Amino acid sequence: MMASSYNAKEEDGHLSGTPGPGVVGADTSKKPDNTAFKQQRLPAWQPILTAGTVLPAFFAIGVIFIPIGIGLYVTSNNIREFEIDYTGLEASSPCFNCSQSYSWNNTKPCTCSVSFTLDQAFEGNVFMYYGLSNFYQNHRRYVKSRDDRQLNGDTSALKDPSKECEPYRKNVKPIAPCGAIANSLFNDTLALYISSNGTQIEIPLSKKGIAWWTDKHVKFRNPGGNNSNLAPVFKDTTKPVNWAKPVYELDTDPENNGFINEDFIVWMRTAALPTFRKLYRIIQKKGMTPTLPRGNYTLLITYNYPVHSFEGRKRMILSTISWMGGKNPFLGIAYITVGSVCFFLGVVLFIIHHKYGNRGNSSDIPS
Amino acid sequence: MGNSFPESSVVFQRECHSTSVFSSSSVLRRENGRQTCTRSGKTDCLPWTCREERRDSKMSFFGLSCAKKKEKEVERRIRANDREFNLPFKYATNAIKTSKYNLFTFLPLNLFEQFQRIANAYFMFLLVLQLIPEISSLSWFTTVVPLALVLSVTAAKDATDDLNRHKSDRQVNNRKVEVLINGELRSEKWMDVQVGDIIKLESDQFVTADLLLLSSSVPLNLVYIETAELDGETNLKVKQALAVTGDMDDSIESLAAFDGEVHCEPPNNRLDKFTGTLVVRGQKYSLDNEKILLRGCTLRNTEWCFGLVVFGGPETKLMQNCGKTTFKRTSIDRMMNALVLCIFGFLAVMCTILGIGNGIWEQQEGSTFIAFLPRQDGVNSAFSGFLTFWSYVIILNTVVPISLYVSVEIIRLGNSFYIDWDRKMYYARSDTPAEARTTTLNEELGQIKYIFSDKTGTLTQNIMTFNKCSINGKCYGDVFDFAGQRLDISERTDRVDFSFNPLADPKFVFYDHSLVEAVKLEIPEVHGFFRLLALCHTVMAEEKNEGDLLYQAQSPDEGALVTATRNFGFVFQSRTPESITIVEMGIQRRYELLAILDFNNVRKRMSVIVRSPEGKLCLYCKGADTIVFERLHQSCGKMKDVTTEHLNEFAGEGLRTLALAYKELDEEYFVLWRERHHEASTAIEDRDERLDELYEEIEKDMILLGATAVEDKLQDGVPQTIEQLAKADIKIWVLTGDKQETAENIGYSCNMLQEEMNEVFVVSAKSSEEVREELRSARLKMKPEAEEKPVIISGGILGKKTKVVQDEAVDGEYGLIINGHSLAYALDSSMEIEFLRTACMCKAVICCRVTPLQKAQVVELVKKFKKAVTLAIGDGANDVSMIKAAHIGVGISGQEGMQAVLSSDFSFAQFRYLQRLLLVHGRWSYLRMCKFLRYFFYKNFTFTFVHFWYAFFCGFSAQTVYDEWFITLYNLIYTALPVLGMSLFDQDVNDRWSFQYPQLYAPGQLNMYFSKTSFVRCVLHSGYSSLVLFFIPYAAMYNTVRDDGKDIADYQSFALLAQTCLVIAVCLQMGLDMAYWTVVNQVFVWGSLAMYFAVTFTFYSNGMYLIFTASFPFIGTARNSLSQPSVWLTILLTTMLCVLPVVAYRFLFILLRPTINDKVRFKVCQAKAGPPPPAPRARIRRSSTRRSAYAFSHTQGYGDLVTSRRFLRQVPAPRQSAGFSPTGRSTGFIHMGRSGGYSPTGRPQSSREPETSLQIYRAVKEPVS
Repeated sequence: MMASSYNAKEEDGHLSGTPGPGVVGADTSKKPDNTAFKQQRLPAWQPILTAGTVLPAFFAIGVIFIPIGIGLYVTSNNIREFEIDYTGLEASSPCFNCSQSYSWNNTKPCTCSVSFTLDQAFEGNVFMYYGLSNFYQNHRRYVKSRDDRQLNGDTSALKDPSKECEPYRKNVKPIAPCGAIANSLFNDTLALYISSNGTQIEIPLSKKGIAWWTDKHVKFRNPGGNNSNLAPVFKDTTKPVNWAKPVYELDTDPENNGFINEDFIVWMRTAALPTFRKLYRIIQKKGMTPTLPRGNYTLLITYNYPVHSFEGRKRMILSTISWMGGKNPFLGIAYITVGSVCFFLGVVLFIIHHKYGNRGNSSDIPS
Repeated sequence: MGNSFPESSVVFQRECHSTSVFSSSSVLRRENGRQTCTRSGKTDCLPWTCREERRDSKMSFFGLSCAKKKEKEVERRIRANDREFNLPFKYATNAIKTSKYNLFTFLPLNLFEQFQRIANAYFMFLLVLQLIPEISSLSWFTTVVPLALVLSVTAAKDATDDLNRHKSDRQVNNRKVEVLINGELRSEKWMDVQVGDIIKLESDQFVTADLLLLSSSVPLNLVYIETAELDGETNLKVKQALAVTGDMDDSIESLAAFDGEVHCEPPNNRLDKFTGTLVVRGQKYSLDNEKILLRGCTLRNTEWCFGLVVFGGPETKLMQNCGKTTFKRTSIDRMMNALVLCIFGFLAVMCTILGIGNGIWEQQEGSTFIAFLPRQDGVNSAFSGFLTFWSYVIILNTVVPISLYVSVEIIRLGNSFYIDWDRKMYYARSDTPAEARTTTLNEELGQIKYIFSDKTGTLTQNIMTFNKCSINGKCYGDVFDFAGQRLDISERTDRVDFSFNPLADPKFVFYDHSLVEAVKLEIPEVHGFFRLLALCHTVMAEEKNEGDLLYQAQSPDEGALVTATRNFGFVFQSRTPESITIVEMGIQRRYELLAILDFNNVRKRMSVIVRSPEGKLCLYCKGADTIVFERLHQSCGKMKDVTTEHLNEFAGEGLRTLALAYKELDEEYFVLWRERHHEASTAIEDRDERLDELYEEIEKDMILLGATAVEDKLQDGVPQTIEQLAKADIKIWVLTGDKQETAENIGYSCNMLQEEMNEVFVVSAKSSEEVREELRSARLKMKPEAEEKPVIISGGILGKKTKVVQDEAVDGEYGLIINGHSLAYALDSSMEIEFLRTACMCKAVICCRVTPLQKAQVVELVKKFKKAVTLAIGDGANDVSMIKAAHIGVGISGQEGMQAVLSSDFSFAQFRYLQRLLLVHGRWSYLRMCKFLRYFFYKNFTFTFVHFWYAFFCGFSAQTVYDEWFITLYNLIYTALPVLGMSLFDQDVNDRWSFQYPQLYAPGQLNMYFSKTSFVRCVLHSGYSSLVLFFIPYAAMYNTVRDDGKDIADYQSFALLAQTCLVIAVCLQMGLDMAYWTVVNQVFVWGSLAMYFAVTFTFYSNGMYLIFTASFPFIGTARNSLSQPSVWLTILLTTMLCVLPVVAYRFLFILLRPTINDKVRFKVCQAKAGPPPPAPRARIRRSSTRRSAYAFSHTQGYGDLVTSRRFLRQVPAPRQSAGFSPTGRSTGFIHMGRSGGYSPTGRPQSSREPETSLQIYRAVKEPVS
């Protein structure tokens, strides 16, 4: 009998009858507020996976990805790239001799030259990289073995480098720049000659603009501000163990000397993977002629950097670039593959949907 | 004295019976508790007690227990009014303490407790590891920030919880009671009451402590108490003081001078037993339970009484029964713990692999790389491997993220708030919102498989209402409209106006006007009908003021009938042993009461023989219809048929019916009969048999008057709720202390038992063998091919053996009713599985006459052998044990007792809210929690596994893939809010659809949303994602450069790329998982992404670097890297590759094997136009031959008592003035009961609060003195 008085209205709290004496006024009532949030009635978008949304999405992804992939692939293929390994571990290699005598402080630099031929002309700016393999610049102990405050020109850090730099923290005097990264600075010198009519003409290599702007201008700063004479600033420090020259003698150009030497900055930006390449020089394009025309070239290497011990390889890479960076066919291939698979999946799902699609219908909800 | 008081003897007999159950079960379980039993020196102590004590001692180790366990108390000695004497014994005072901390102990204790949690301890350990420079692969802040956050959030929560406990303690402790101190009564706080004090209680007050009753206002030093708080029985019980103390009456001097000494047993938890002696002036008097008032009882219908405090506070039987709150955990919790252990194992494996890898690498590569990367002194490759192991433990710790635990707590808290806030679980009449008292169990609400429900006060309102009647073949009580259609009764239905009768109880509600018309028309049968009801009962009336009638009935049905009769103009006014005075339609008439032929459960009827003022002799009889119909005059044949039809209809509606008949007696015959009756009643041999014969002889050839139908009012919406829950595949067992018939009837009226059921088994055997046989035969009947041996799946994680009894499916629907006595045997360890198998095959199980302990045992049994989540719901203190034993305890609040609520995990005012709690809140909570866990593990594993892959490329040097700041903030900021938003707002379908399809609840019971398999799936998914997230950027960046030829494959750019891919991929995955995108979710998801970029650009900015050079080395990376199209193309490719397979997989599953959720969601999508049509609530109308009434189960009633001169000797003589005086009376009646219905414990409310006509609830307010 009373069950009939149980109705939804009351459940909603709108009791039609007189409230009990416990409810003196609205203020004292413990009745919860009727807000959409508290009653969990917030309006909401409730997407569900239906054939109407999923299948078009797959087709759309297919349609979008395949052209992107093709574009990327073509772009990547259009990039000229030339790579030459000059490690010289093989006896036939011109640098074999140099590679065998590996010592950091060779007073007499060992040089060797490698000749190569470019089959195709390189248009536009050409970038010259050195590549290292099997070099663990991403090893934790290596990565953290630097003192950013010192590199940022902090004079106190200059005199008292961070503990992270151990064991290249102090060599009687504090080392500047300290740490294993700086200590292992790549110090081969590369020069490129083009053979034209039997004479070797050196190709001018620009060493400006090879580091990130932020690195050069914010992250790395010489101590003592804009003082062009760095020697006094670094006078209480000593050079890294493996270096031939102190840091303030890296270059004669004061804009490229000391901590803001771009070769040094590039090196200090540690690589993510044990095989990496770093920008060494830029060959600016000049006029309408190809920057590097077809022909024979000679690479003259001042061989200082020993990689023989850990089976590393050293390479020199010449490359043009595009809007998507250097040569890397992977992205294009991946896009094409993913797009195709999506398209294919769309077709398969479409067929399945047509065959079994009505299973999702609610008609057979057991009650 | 007690013998002269049949009611009390009945009560105590029953208690004795329950004692035997108690002790038998304790004997059966002795082996469990032997050690502690012997320690406590009790041979029959319950295992419960022992457990409690153990816990106590553990608690006191932390200094938490307020009363330190002193040496075992062997005997308690108390001297009344002598605090100096009692003090040295150090008995507990009456203050209770449930709180855990105080201001000073909070911090150390709370921290200590928090670090006992394995996760927190683990993070502490990580922190220590990070301080070792050789190992530290991450900065200390990556661990400290989350840990501090976690600790403070938890501490804040604990603090508020404890504050609430303090508050409730204070409230109870500060209740006032009058204490006799130094010869005068003083109002004192409860907590200041000490053992040995004499206190004065007044009517409707809670009993302050366990008292020895000294004296009372009621003659013979009786007091009436209601023990609902303690055992759930709602009928009043009588306690009686010793004459020697009772003589003191309310004389303060003699009470103050009283120096009796009590020697009694030490505190224990047996509610039904007390042994002790009282020594007064050298005389010894024995004390038993009859003289003890227990804390938690309420004094009723007794103006005042004095008592001597015997046990106080924590030593009272109530508190001893309560036990300490046990820490409940959800099954998800348990699984999570198991998973976390697995993850630790997994972590160890990963770290070992990487450690070994490092060893090998150092051996082969590292040693040749020394020129560039010298080793530290004394570190060889093996030691380096060892160090790396620990470094990787730090790096990979995110597989067990500390934020998991915080997030889980926050989600639970949020979902608890939803319960508190739900207006659809708010009960306006008592102004009670639902309350989630425990905030850690929400998701378990979505997994309930078994519900154990109390009956009285939970399913029923504990109100009897006179609902319908059949008089002379005409049925009254239904309302019809003009077209003759039966109307449903609602708030708006026109009520019968009883204003013509100034003696009417205004709370009585009746809707059928024709009955009043019939009374006013003076139809003789109708008058006869009501006259019978006014005369034939054992109710006692008390008229304190004029017209102030107070009925005291032994059975609530009788009270309801007499109250109804009173309203229809036949007011039972008073009785003496020889007479009954009623006011018939305004005229007072005094009937001479010649005999009461009382109820018993064989006779199933009662009769009175009265002589009317006119001198006519008449026998009035009411009883079970079958019994009465056998004894009717032949002339009633036709009416019998009509009445039977009506009775069937009444029974079909679940009403409790009685048939009424009368017979006019021949004067001469009666004189003779009376002589024989006197002879028989004084006979020594075969007295009962001879009396029965005599009764039999006179109760025949009666004329049928009609039948009554009394409704044992169910709470609103109970049948619908039970139906819904049954549809959700939840099994409901009713455990009640009530009689079998009542319980059975309620089972039918709330749709648990159905007429259509194949069979309802009743197990009520008296011996172990019989019980076993009955259970066995019931089982075989249900499933003849069932194997003798139950299918038991043994399993266990980590050495904890678990046995699970498989569910067995049966054809058809069965019910099982078992009574407490049989249950005691059935719960024996040798039979429990048999019982469980049988019971679980049945659709409905009703256990009646069970003790609180048995309730808990039943719950424990199911918990033990079924891998199922249980919920216990109840309203009284007798349900506390079961509420605590079950996984989830629900208390019905708003009723009188708060005990159940206080020990419950969730509370609300009406049983019907249970369906909302489970089907909506529970389901959502479970869904959300599972989604959360799946997603959380996914995002963290994905995050972590990338490190694992990277290890192979960085010489296993424990170099992180990501920036340290990213690692710190990933779980805290970048991904915390979206997943929290999902877990707080997500709903697959809204509440109405949840009700529409209760089947949606089933996945929770089966643990489908988060199980070990889904966890493994999660791990595999993460494995895939992390491979994509590492190797796609790897391949895309390998040997390539920016569009200006500069570096892009450097570590920092790669880290940025990887972490950006990761953040976007997990956000997309979140988008796939989220089913309910509210504004908040949108804001959280997009906001988190935006936050990621904002934080990244900020942290990688010049300013941050220049200020904190050492902490933000990633300067410029974001600018330089994220401006590259190839980077964005890589991000797009990576995230798509992460997400697309998932989409395809899910879509395929929806196509091929849609779950119930998918189907319903699809339907919702189609039916977006409008909400589902409300389920038709057809009124269940059926005819039934099953009858019930108190007549069926009643034991000997008040009959002897009301004719006993002794009892009534001090009752003032009935007033001679007419009941109706034309001048009218200004005083209103004190109304008993509610809704004009009758409750045995009704107390006059009108004295405190203004009445409203609608007052058909029980006030919740505690009487505050």
